[in-house]
Amino acid sequence: MRNKLADIIYKTGSKDKKICVLVADISPAGSMSKFREKYPDRFINTGVAEQSMIGIAAGMALRGFRPFCYTIATFALYRPFEMIRVDLCYQNLPVTIVGMGTGTVYSSLGGTHLTQEDVSIARSIPNMKIIAPCDPKEMEDAVKYCCNKSKSPTYLRIGKAGEKTFINKLSEKWSFGKIRKIVTGKDICILTFGPIIKKAFEIRDQLKKKKISVEINSCHTLKPFDLEGLKKRFKKFKFIIIIEDHSEIGGLNNIVKTAAYENFYKGKIINFSLKDEFIHCYGDQDDLLNKHGISTNKIFKKILANI
Amino acid sequence: MTDNKFSIIDGKKRCIKYRKRILDISQKVSAIHAAGAFSALEMVDTIYHGLMRKNLKNKFIDTFLMSKGHGCMSQYVILESLGIFPKKYLDTYCTKNGKLGSHPDYGLPGIEASTGSLGHGMGLAVGIAHADVVEKKDIKLFLMISDGELQEGSTWESMMMAANLELTNLICFVDHNGSQSFGITKETHPKFYPLKEKIVSFGWECAEINGHNSEESLDAVKNRKTKKPLMIIGNTIKGKGVSFMENKPIWHYRSPNPKEYKVALKELEKIKN
Repeated sequence: MRNKLADIIYKTGSKDKKICVLVADISPAGSMSKFREKYPDRFINTGVAEQSMIGIAAGMALRGFRPFCYTIATFALYRPFEMIRVDLCYQNLPVTIVGMGTGTVYSSLGGTHLTQEDVSIARSIPNMKIIAPCDPKEMEDAVKYCCNKSKSPTYLRIGKAGEKTFINKLSEKWSFGKIRKIVTGKDICILTFGPIIKKAFEIRDQLKKKKISVEINSCHTLKPFDLEGLKKRFKKFKFIIIIEDHSEIGGLNNIVKTAAYENFYKGKIINFSLKDEFIHCYGDQDDLLNKHGISTNKIFKKILANI
Repeated sequence: MTDNKFSIIDGKKRCIKYRKRILDISQKVSAIHAAGAFSALEMVDTIYHGLMRKNLKNKFIDTFLMSKGHGCMSQYVILESLGIFPKKYLDTYCTKNGKLGSHPDYGLPGIEASTGSLGHGMGLAVGIAHADVVEKKDIKLFLMISDGELQEGSTWESMMMAANLELTNLICFVDHNGSQSFGITKETHPKFYPLKEKIVSFGWECAEINGHNSEESLDAVKNRKTKKPLMIIGNTIKGKGVSFMENKPIWHYRSPNPKEYKVALKELEKIKN
């Protein structure tokens, strides 16, 4: 995903002189390195100084630039929170904060490097938009949107590198603010966002063997949320599954269940989210998710028990 | 482009007028931060009338950013006198249908950014100044920070970046009144000092002046020796101009009562040029 990010920024930034990149001591690899070499005045490394990264980006945006601030998610969003709230959101400036390695992606680095509650935090600030693409293909659309169309601060929640592509020819087209059907199905609706979509596909394969048909949707834009699109799913499905690499507080779980209550949804909704607990596990990402009840097997069993 | 011709006497007269206007407004509201505005006043006046260049259409070329948001009354009265703020803005200060609160909001004429939370202005200023360098625009950025903002780590982070980016176009004034909500800084936070050495060690040129003396402000900018970003520590008196307000932490926030207001006005009227 991060390679795709760098490619699009480099390509767009070559034509659009208002695109600039600020990093806080993240080594510029691939196209990011090319951007730095070719446009040194539009590439700033603030060092390990995230408050400065956001403040300077805001200043450049006040002069008409469209900065991308890029570092590991927890440092991109949590450390400079007040700069994001005041400098970016209160003033409504078109700065994209790219949070890399979100959720449990940095599994073995310990709790200091995990972002379990980033969507919840970012969602609560007025003017903030949130996009969380599910694979490199969706990443491409999301970055293009941030480069060319976004008019307000955006938190772009991404994975790391090497993610598989799930978008296929039959998937709906990407559109900002719209739930996107990736594969169609008729019995169960899975709502998810980010690279954890991988699990949804694994579950779909298993359920297929039981003749249960599953639709998978990427809720890539978490704010503003596509409530109309959600209503359509409420009408079509009696069983909705939420899978998210994020706390059960303030993320997709809350969005969907609040809307369900407000729309008198009579069906069943089961969420698989991270618990409201810090994680003290240093295995791979699946080990961490499993600790919080998110594994293909556990989800599969729970669905069978509830259908 | 025109260079301002700054008259010291006119500057002094203006500052008395501004102080009276601030005191007038203070009678309608409890929240005004008059003392912090009084300490910064001469420096802000010098920036607007002596340092910021204007184009032939009489519009400012250079930018002023008030990072010391709670001192904004010093900027508001100047924007009003320059006709940038309509009079109704200050007449409706801190009222439900008004445009102005006690911290500046981005989007109003002459206000470059929303400030009030301390330690934000330096980052914003570095971004603005760097953007102007990238676009090869000859614009100077005058930044006003409070001394309290030099207790914020974020200020120092961005000061480091200003020096890394060699921002000659960034000139920062520090309203060093040495007094904050908790008390006198020298007593409450002794290791805040020495100040100048810290600033210099962060790659800035630094001058120390009497912040109430406009001539010293002008000279500090004129006599800069390097192309480094310039920081001018203006030693000031919080509440300057009204004896009972001077250096008393209680006046950080409150407005004078009607009796105190009359005394203050009398004192200001007695000031000779």
